[in-house]
Amino acid sequence: MNDDGRNLLELSHVSQAYGSGAKRFTAVHDINLKLDEGEFVVLLGPSGCGKSTLLRIIVGLQKPTEGVVVYKGAPLVGVNPNAAIVFQTFALFPWLTVQENVEVALKARGVPVKLRTARALDLLDRVGLDGFETAYPRELSGGMRQKVGFARAMAVEPELLCLDEPFSALDVLSAESLRGELLELWLNGRIPTRAILMVTHNIEEAIFMADRIVVMDKEPGRVVAEFKVGLPHPRDRKSPAVLDLVDQTYALLAGQTQPEAIEMGSAPGEPGPKRRLPYITISDLAGLLEHLGEQPNNRADLYQMAANLKIDSDDLLKVVEAAELLGFATIAQGDATLTPLGETFAEASILARKEIFASRLRRLPFFRWLLNLIGASEGSRLRWDVVETALELEFPHDEAVRQLETAINWGRYAEVLAYDDDENVFYLEPASIAQA
Amino acid sequence: MASEIRLFKTGQPHERGLNLADLVVLLAVGVVVYIGVRLSLDAPRVIHGPEISLSPLMLPFYAVLSVGRMLLAYILSLVFSIIYGYVAANNKRAEKVLLPLLDVLQSVPILSFLPVVLLSFSALLPASTAAELASVVLIFTSQAWNMTFAWYQSLTTIPTELREASAIFRLNAWLRLKTLQLPFAALSLIWNSMMSWSGGWFFLMAAEIFTVGQRDFRLPGLGAYLSVAANQGNILGLAYGIAALVVIIVLLDQFVWRPLLAWADRFKLEMVESENPPTSWFYDVLSQSRLVARFGQRVIHPLIEKVDALMGRWLPASYPVTAEGNRRRWQEMAVFSVIGLGLAYGAYRAFGMLVEISMVGWGQIVIGLATTLLRVITALIITLAWTVPLGVLIGTNKRAASVLQPLVQVMASIPATALFPAFLLILIALPAGLNIAAVLLMLMGTQWYLLFNVIAGAAAIPQDLKYTATMLGLSRAERWRTLILPALFPYLVTGSITASGGAWNASIVAEYTVFGGRAYHVTGIGAVISQATASGNFPMLLGATLSMIVAVVLINRLFWRRLYHIAEEQYRME
Repeated sequence: MNDDGRNLLELSHVSQAYGSGAKRFTAVHDINLKLDEGEFVVLLGPSGCGKSTLLRIIVGLQKPTEGVVVYKGAPLVGVNPNAAIVFQTFALFPWLTVQENVEVALKARGVPVKLRTARALDLLDRVGLDGFETAYPRELSGGMRQKVGFARAMAVEPELLCLDEPFSALDVLSAESLRGELLELWLNGRIPTRAILMVTHNIEEAIFMADRIVVMDKEPGRVVAEFKVGLPHPRDRKSPAVLDLVDQTYALLAGQTQPEAIEMGSAPGEPGPKRRLPYITISDLAGLLEHLGEQPNNRADLYQMAANLKIDSDDLLKVVEAAELLGFATIAQGDATLTPLGETFAEASILARKEIFASRLRRLPFFRWLLNLIGASEGSRLRWDVVETALELEFPHDEAVRQLETAINWGRYAEVLAYDDDENVFYLEPASIAQA
Repeated sequence: MASEIRLFKTGQPHERGLNLADLVVLLAVGVVVYIGVRLSLDAPRVIHGPEISLSPLMLPFYAVLSVGRMLLAYILSLVFSIIYGYVAANNKRAEKVLLPLLDVLQSVPILSFLPVVLLSFSALLPASTAAELASVVLIFTSQAWNMTFAWYQSLTTIPTELREASAIFRLNAWLRLKTLQLPFAALSLIWNSMMSWSGGWFFLMAAEIFTVGQRDFRLPGLGAYLSVAANQGNILGLAYGIAALVVIIVLLDQFVWRPLLAWADRFKLEMVESENPPTSWFYDVLSQSRLVARFGQRVIHPLIEKVDALMGRWLPASYPVTAEGNRRRWQEMAVFSVIGLGLAYGAYRAFGMLVEISMVGWGQIVIGLATTLLRVITALIITLAWTVPLGVLIGTNKRAASVLQPLVQVMASIPATALFPAFLLILIALPAGLNIAAVLLMLMGTQWYLLFNVIAGAAAIPQDLKYTATMLGLSRAERWRTLILPALFPYLVTGSITASGGAWNASIVAEYTVFGGRAYHVTGIGAVISQATASGNFPMLLGATLSMIVAVVLINRLFWRRLYHIAEEQYRME
């Protein structure tokens, strides 16, 4: 392993925005980041925080709207020839064999046939794919496909190896073994890579592997914290030091429940930060609240909950965020606690749950805005495109659509609003008209 | 089961209605037709067709000629498609012009160009060369658009990560084409090539038998053979001719398309093994042959290496960057304004010619359009009436499918225009004989598309829903209303769009014909066009051709495309 600590990559004031005018949205905002040789850095953050965008900016696939990427002292122009990516969905050519998939990267660099074949076979051997050279990717398991992805990336001997959620499309066991194997190759200096940059939303994975963790958050995508993991490899997941770091990181990402006015954000069209509806289903929310209700003191540690419920930290944080937004739970120091209201909800009957949910929904500025808008329009019916256009002033197009879809889902459950899918029209349930 | 069915889907973009770009494109088409008509003024008044021998021994020769024309046109189409689609997919500005153009050309009734193309070519070239060239141009215009669209769509739907991978691993334009773009588009290109070939036969036969008044544009080939046999009432000759055509189509299927499909199965993007991949005995023979394997190793492989290395030196690895200079903008502005001025002048001249048409002439055109529309609707209704029940029977019943499917496929492979002389022989003596023959030709040209679509739709109804319908005790009528018809709807719309397009095309051949030395015609826009060609009434030829194009494009946009949108949005099973 290279440990000379020379600077390899530096990002200063990098921002990426999409769209223009009133519909301009920031994907990542004012990122400053340094990467030294010999480092394994992890970009950790919830989905939608722009970490994958940042990765693409770092390798030059995307040009940032503002700021510069400096690679080994020179500003980066175009795709960085010294970088390689291992993709989340592997990005293998399905019509090429395992060996051809690795060789094509070498062929593109003009490596002659003999050398190319030898190097491909050697790498496949090193990642343990000996014997699978003539197989097609579709014949392999997910874990083995990703090994091809690793072999291909290492074949071009990149100085900077970028990993874009490389383990998140794999099953738990394959992911675990592949993480170990990657660390082994890296720590023993068996690959010429100078630095590794990995993007992930998996907190435990980050702490298990990284030398340094850069924590990002969304709205807008930005760096919120950065810390070194000074623990020796191999790290024991059950050791108190690791558990402590995981817990702290959960606390960092889950944040702290704020007073209601701040927590709920402001309505579209009004000044102040907006709060997005996390896209979760009601049954997930109910499941979480019931689980919390079964815990001592209606309180549970977030990372233990993720482990007990066997769900992804990213998914858990989304559901917890929804519970927090609706006032069913509070979060402090990485623990979630059921509020009295949340407790009532968890114990209530189907119909009573709907009533509680509806009363909370009406308090949300987003819903108040939407219900008023529908109530004020002719015949209390409002076309989807009208709402979408209004929302697109606050959110990028895709996000506006997702927000509306979530609103329909929640609104239908609470019976406060209805939606006619044939005519793409929102309308109010009779009970809501009286109150709107 | 579904994989057995050759289901052809036309690419229908999602925008609805007409927009400015469409109008510009229609104007451009009008100007091109006008130029053709202008050139036609000098066309010879009398054109003699070739002597056609009915000897069966001549059939292989005619067959080679016909296949040669198809092949030439197909190669042209393929090259055109690749370049056009590539430019449209990679240049944002060009895309804005090329896509609407493609979209209009896709829905224009190609056969309506035939008289103008033939006349203008024969004014410039010797008659036989003109007819040869016109047939190739015509087949090209029938084959190119769907292939171009398929290629363009493939290029624009390549998964982002595969694109990024080829950028980060520095594949140059050649390697990208070879390892990413062509393989990704391969299946769609092959399916569309098959569709283009079956469409091409329809137009080739029409071009080979086209005769109006004193002008005989026939070409030596299978089509002309069939028409001469019918004209002479030679039943045996007709049988020979049709048999030869079927044999060629079956040979092409067995030795070209099926092996290609079997080979191309590897280009599927899905990451799972297919359950029943397409098979081909000929492909199996080829892939087991040592000779072929050795040829591949010794010749093909080193050759590919050489080309790759050469291209590696020529083309630097580059990832498309969207930097746009002002200079190019000016150049483009200049080009566009020149084209715009040319169009305006052409439109002005065309308008000058259209003014010459009398009110009576316009009356004929409108009545012709209405009558042909009626005929198209009749053909569509008859088609729906029999294909829906039969298609559902085949699609839902494995035993029926195994018996009927091969039969249907052979029937469908015969181009309707090849059968037209035979219809005439039987029907021309009857009262309203040509009218029946015209509707019959439209039927023959359209019903198979619909039948295949219905079969595919019926086969795609989920078994769970069928069980549910049975358990709910739905009556036969309720079952059709709540399950079968809604499930079929998207397939019916897709099939009907193609079918009605085919029917409009058929009207050119079907509504006016010279048989046994006598000209027969019925009321219809096709007859108006053919008669104007025969009598040399050029303003009328221009007016009628343009009216037909505009009418069909409008019907497509304002009716079919809306229906397609509804089908996609509400009735797609997912």
